[in-house]
Amino acid sequence: MILNQFLLLAAVLFCIGVYGVLARRNGIMVLMSVEIILNSVNINLVAFGAFRDNVAGEVFALFVIAVAAAEVGIGLAIVLLIYRNRRSIDLTEADLLKG
Amino acid sequence: MIASAGSILAAVLAAAEEPVAHGPSSVASAGFFLDYAWLIPLLPALSFAGILLFGKRLPRKGSELGIAAVGGSFVLAVGAVITWIGHRDDSHEGVQAVHRTVGWLRSGGVEYDAGILLDGLSVMMLFVVTAVSLLVHIYSTDYVAGDARYTHFFAFLSLFTAAMLFFVLSDNLLQMIVGWELVGVCSFVLIGHWWEHKENSDAALKAFFTNRVGDIGLLVGVSILFFAAGGTFDTLRISERINAGDVSHTALVVASLCLLAAVMSKSGQFILHTWLPDAMAGPTPVSALIHAATMVVAGIYMVARLYPVFWEGMSIGGSSINVLALVGAVTLLFGGMLAFTQNDIKKVLAYSTVSQLGYMVMALGVGAWTAAMFHLFTHAFFKACLFLGSGSVSHAVHSFDMKNDMGGLRKVMPHTYRTFMVATVALMGLPPLAGFWSKDEILAGTGGWGLFGGTHGNGNYILMLVMGMVGAAVTAAYMTRVVYLTFFGTYRGHGHPHESGPRILGPLYVLAFFAVVAGLFNMPKGFQLWPEAWQERFGHYVEPVAAYFPAIGHAKPSWSLAIVSVLVALIGAGLAWRYYFKGVQSRSQAAGASLTEIDDGPVSRGGLPKAVHTALVNKYYFDHLYTGVIVKAVKGPLAKAVYWSNQRIIDGAVNQAGRQSVAAGRAVYDHVDQGLIDNVIVDGSGRASDGAGEGLRTMQTGKVQQYAAILFAAATVLAGVFILVLSI
Amino acid sequence: MTSPVVLAAAASGGDLFVAQNVFFGVIALVMVVSALRCVTTSNVVHAALWLVLVLAGAAAQFILLGSEFVAVTQVLVYIGAIIVLFLFGIMLTKASMGDDDSVATEKRLMASLVAVLLAVVMGVALLDSYSDTRLVIDEPQRFGAVSDAIFSQYIVAFEAVSVLLLAALIGAIVVARKE
Repeated sequence: MILNQFLLLAAVLFCIGVYGVLARRNGIMVLMSVEIILNSVNINLVAFGAFRDNVAGEVFALFVIAVAAAEVGIGLAIVLLIYRNRRSIDLTEADLLKG
Repeated sequence: MIASAGSILAAVLAAAEEPVAHGPSSVASAGFFLDYAWLIPLLPALSFAGILLFGKRLPRKGSELGIAAVGGSFVLAVGAVITWIGHRDDSHEGVQAVHRTVGWLRSGGVEYDAGILLDGLSVMMLFVVTAVSLLVHIYSTDYVAGDARYTHFFAFLSLFTAAMLFFVLSDNLLQMIVGWELVGVCSFVLIGHWWEHKENSDAALKAFFTNRVGDIGLLVGVSILFFAAGGTFDTLRISERINAGDVSHTALVVASLCLLAAVMSKSGQFILHTWLPDAMAGPTPVSALIHAATMVVAGIYMVARLYPVFWEGMSIGGSSINVLALVGAVTLLFGGMLAFTQNDIKKVLAYSTVSQLGYMVMALGVGAWTAAMFHLFTHAFFKACLFLGSGSVSHAVHSFDMKNDMGGLRKVMPHTYRTFMVATVALMGLPPLAGFWSKDEILAGTGGWGLFGGTHGNGNYILMLVMGMVGAAVTAAYMTRVVYLTFFGTYRGHGHPHESGPRILGPLYVLAFFAVVAGLFNMPKGFQLWPEAWQERFGHYVEPVAAYFPAIGHAKPSWSLAIVSVLVALIGAGLAWRYYFKGVQSRSQAAGASLTEIDDGPVSRGGLPKAVHTALVNKYYFDHLYTGVIVKAVKGPLAKAVYWSNQRIIDGAVNQAGRQSVAAGRAVYDHVDQGLIDNVIVDGSGRASDGAGEGLRTMQTGKVQQYAAILFAAATVLAGVFILVLSI
Repeated sequence: MTSPVVLAAAASGGDLFVAQNVFFGVIALVMVVSALRCVTTSNVVHAALWLVLVLAGAAAQFILLGSEFVAVTQVLVYIGAIIVLFLFGIMLTKASMGDDDSVATEKRLMASLVAVLLAVVMGVALLDSYSDTRLVIDEPQRFGAVSDAIFSQYIVAFEAVSVLLLAALIGAIVVARKE
């Protein structure tokens, strides 16, 4: 195996995730896309860990998983709150940042 | 109260007897009060925690805890002052600072210490901060009585004090940053104490964000200093290396400019001063604390503490102008002029603070270090007195509006009137009150005075001398206006004002007393009317004589300068007196109308006076500049570019990035260059650019994902550029 | 989109472990396709199920890389917990099960432009720096080594993460509770 196959896979997944974050209107879908991004990062971490024969990559992948769990919890809570306030989780309607 | 403070002290003393891990062991003891000075910030910090946890259950809702802690700190600070004076007298050839450290962290081969640094400067600040804070605490028990967040208020008052004391005692730049930011956070909380009203929380945010602008300068400046001085945050070591000439001059120039940005935001210097008057939204005791002893003097203190950086970086010695002095001089003059048009008594005082801080910065800029510190010392007392006095007045009339709700109060509030007058005269700089001595020392320190013997400053700062003189006249004039509008004439408010209670008047009298006597601590050398052993005591004890302090020259005050500066102040006061006490008074009586209804004299007749007045009322359009022009011009074209890019994509013409960037550039040109320079600075009017901003506003979509797309695209482009650069 | 990955897999065909490369190619293909479906499907529930495939694929990749522990954690936490959370979120918001159809064309174009740009930049950077660096995995990482590292070298980070989880727990309750 070569290192790059994992890294390129991660890169492609990352881009797909970015596409999802930018294109989807549904708040939950955006969160899912974020999960894809985080997973691609994890693949990178573990691949480099294996490459360098260093345990740090795995340790940080585990930390990322833990943080992702927290992120999903908070993210879904926010989506619920938006839904409760507006009866919709359409992000194109969330435009309170309008200047 | 005294009993509880005593018991805390006893406990502290008992604790000090035990072998504490971080107590000084190898270093020769400098006496309890200096070795254990870390207790001084610790007490209010503990009281912050205590008030938050149990405050509501205590009989006086936590205020007694705060007063006891700050009282304890005050006692310790007085002890430190006395010990320091002894320490200074024992050492004839220069005096070493008392420096106690404990290892904090080791990372990347660099050791970071935490510690305390006591020399004349920090000891003086400890005294000022604890004294003013203690009085403000006592005052607040009456002033904010009955407030819904009384306990909360006292908790943060304690933390504010603790943060400032921590900042003052810190021996390294990292600790200073921590203290600096803590002070900022506390001021944010306290300014927004009544956050139910939007303008209050807006003011708090404004203070916070304006300070963030300067904080960037602080972080950059500290980083530069760290590397330039060979990898240390220790202020003493940095200063010593600079004085020994081991640090590159260019690095110091950049570092001092970055730090100056921090000072400009924290100490309300010109162009970043706009948060300070808005900060008046907080309760009056907080204003007094912010403006006299804590927040705003933090910037001044930092310059004084890192003086070698500025001394070398700005090339203060032997020059006739530098950025530091210029910023101070411009601030003192323009800030003072702004005070004229304000009708809110606290805002007048706020601009007055801006102006007085300008004096201090200017003094530091011309090398009159001791004069700056002395002015800080005296100003703390009379400005706190003025603020607390204005609080007492507003407590009585339930308003801060001098024109509509005050007037003639000297009869109903004799005590407030008396103390306010004392502080006013001190601020005007009339002898023999405190402000005269410190202001005169600053003017002498400019070195620009050549008449009758002349003075020996560090350069030839004639421009600073002139601006300082004009500033003195302006100060005297606007204070006369305040006094007239508040205490003379006829009462214009509603309701029945009454004198405030003893817990308000007590602190006022104490501060007024200091406003009278504080000047006596630093009688000029060679002053014939004062015993020689008592001359220049302040400078002797406060100014370091050690390797960490640059060799500054000392100006010699002269009678001629003192007389001229008094005359100038008297002329300013006299003109204002003639206008208000004579002119306005008689016109309002002749018209039988109240002050609010008669016209404003020359400023309503048009021409130049009116234009100046309009500019002053609009505070030189700085707020317009910041929100109306800069913010809108920056975010407008950005949104416009996005909008256009969307249009182009729909049209299928994706490849016209070049054209878009040209268009974006043009938008920037149209709205920043044309809008900012032509409309604001040249025409002096914010209106046109305001309109442009309104137009751009509609482009601001607020769509989060669009912003995210820009973010990702920009990051990608940057990454691409980075890769290209690396691969070449 | 999948071509670089497949190419990369094919390029290493001369390797001793052919089976590993074949597995990698198949799993990578599944992951990319599922990820694409996940972000483009109009049905939210389907999207969640496609996401499961992506996550499972990632777990398989971890095993290929010799990190069983991370793979197991991935399955437990992601597929076991996070997906369930997502499904609950979908149900609680009664988010229209069938139609998330009207992703505006301009938005889609904008997003794909950014994604393609990103892919190009990252692809160039990766191919440039690690063109055919070998990845040799002698033996899987032992659990023990990972846990030793977590509880000695990274103990502070570990504690920080636990505090973060607690904060997130409280935060989620505070944010989502009814007034």
